[in-house]
Amino acid sequence: MHWEIVVGLEVHTQLSTRSKIFSGSSTVFGAAPNTQASAVDIALPGVLPVLNRSAVERAVQLGLAIGGNISRRSVFARKNYFYPDLPKGYQISQMDHPVVEGGSLTIQVGPDEKTVRITRAHLEEDAGKSMHGDFHGMTGIDLNRAGTPLLEIVSEPDLRGAAEAVAYAKTLHGLVVWLGICDGNMQEGSFRCDANVSVRPLGSGVLGTRCEIKNLNSFRFLERAIEYEARRQIEINEEGGTIRQETRLYDPDRDETRTMRSKEDAYDYRYFHDPDLSPLVISEDWIARTRAAMPELPGAMRERLVAQYAISAYDAAALTASRATAAYFEQLVAASSGEAKLSANWMMGDLFAALNRYELDMAHCPVSAAQLGRLIVRIVDGTLSGKLAKEVFEALWQAAGEVDAIIEARGLKQVSDSGAIAAIVDQILAANPAQVADYRAGKEKMLGYLVGQAMKAMKGRANPQQLNEILLQKLN
Amino acid sequence: MSLTLLDVKRVARLAHIAVSEDEAAIYQQQINGVFDLIAQMQAVDTTGVVPMAHAQDLNQRLRDDIVTEPDLHEKFQSIAPQVAEGLYLVPQVIE
Repeated sequence: MHWEIVVGLEVHTQLSTRSKIFSGSSTVFGAAPNTQASAVDIALPGVLPVLNRSAVERAVQLGLAIGGNISRRSVFARKNYFYPDLPKGYQISQMDHPVVEGGSLTIQVGPDEKTVRITRAHLEEDAGKSMHGDFHGMTGIDLNRAGTPLLEIVSEPDLRGAAEAVAYAKTLHGLVVWLGICDGNMQEGSFRCDANVSVRPLGSGVLGTRCEIKNLNSFRFLERAIEYEARRQIEINEEGGTIRQETRLYDPDRDETRTMRSKEDAYDYRYFHDPDLSPLVISEDWIARTRAAMPELPGAMRERLVAQYAISAYDAAALTASRATAAYFEQLVAASSGEAKLSANWMMGDLFAALNRYELDMAHCPVSAAQLGRLIVRIVDGTLSGKLAKEVFEALWQAAGEVDAIIEARGLKQVSDSGAIAAIVDQILAANPAQVADYRAGKEKMLGYLVGQAMKAMKGRANPQQLNEILLQKLN
Repeated sequence: MSLTLLDVKRVARLAHIAVSEDEAAIYQQQINGVFDLIAQMQAVDTTGVVPMAHAQDLNQRLRDDIVTEPDLHEKFQSIAPQVAEGLYLVPQVIE
């Protein structure tokens, strides 16, 4: 039987505010334990939460970016459970009135686009961290993370398989970083996924029993966990068994998922409205101001780049991978006097390759758009051949100076003087009478050999097109 | 609506409260008394009334995103039963 894999994702994005969602404690990552946990964060008696305006604003930005409905009035609720890194005994979250309802995200699946529906996005606070290290058989609790603002973004079960789930997660990651509402640092837990996975016979309209895999903090783990989990469920089905609804954990070392708790043991969170917090009201005016302050969105920018610079949709997608990349591209086109296609090719070719090789992101690129633009100008005006340009690019990368100075100092200027080229061609023809005779007798591939000899004699600097033309003239 | 003895024990377990058989029976009676009050309120016709989210008719006040809290962990930890390397220590928890 053919099986269809159905996935929905719940993504926890840590919002990039300076202070926590309900207190004035710092959210900076990596501080010494408990130095950023105030009386509110550690739940001393008598304290009250006060909501951070910037956290709400970031949620509104995400809502606008996905075309969701911003709730003019939303409510905070208590999600009750006991765990030592949750000092209040409940997490402040949103249940039946989230700040964002509905919306969608368009993802690229191979050559096709797919629109994934988003159910909701709600604000909540993060818990602290438990350290199960060696503390004489005790568990250590660090509450620095307690109260850090999270926006949980929940998708509909619209994703079919691990590849689509990863494409969605990457697109969403790109969007929250683009908006600047989340730093996107997955190693530090700023973007974590829970995956709801089920399988069903292909063509069936009914959802199978799902299992939730918790806390996947890399795209690779997300992909492998879904692949493993789907295989596990398909095997159970094919052996005539039934899937139990449960929460599972992915173990990257063993590349498998295993039971964390079954439905029978599932927490009863006893949600209720938090009496410490009155309803959050978001005015039309506030929404309008937030919208006005938002950057151009990646989707809109892709369309604009295609229209404005006549580049392909594929190129536009690659060039809008981040805001820094998109800005670089537009600066590069300007610096190269409007050579959009060459600019796109150079960025997606040599520049991206070099960034990958040195594991740098665009913000730390050692070659400026102005420098690369000058290089492109020198290709267009015939000073540099494509091959010599690569040499100049390498020099730019090594911070060897400006383009024209590098060309001058290294003698990389292309020779386009037909007299000089013709003189060399005469020498080569005289020195290779046998090959010339072969060519004239019909062995056309000898032409390549002769071009190579002439290019070698000119240390690679001959204008290749001119060299070809002159050689052909003299041979025929 | 009334609670069974099993419901009472389940609620006690969720609240991490140890309850003896005798106590459970007493609580069952008391909690069911509360449910009687709720039943009285449920009997009122609330058609067309928007459920209220909070007892006070106020909107949430918001604060600016500024770090205002100093590091007071030494003070806080002076009353903690056990600490080490800046961490609060609790009996081992393994999920």
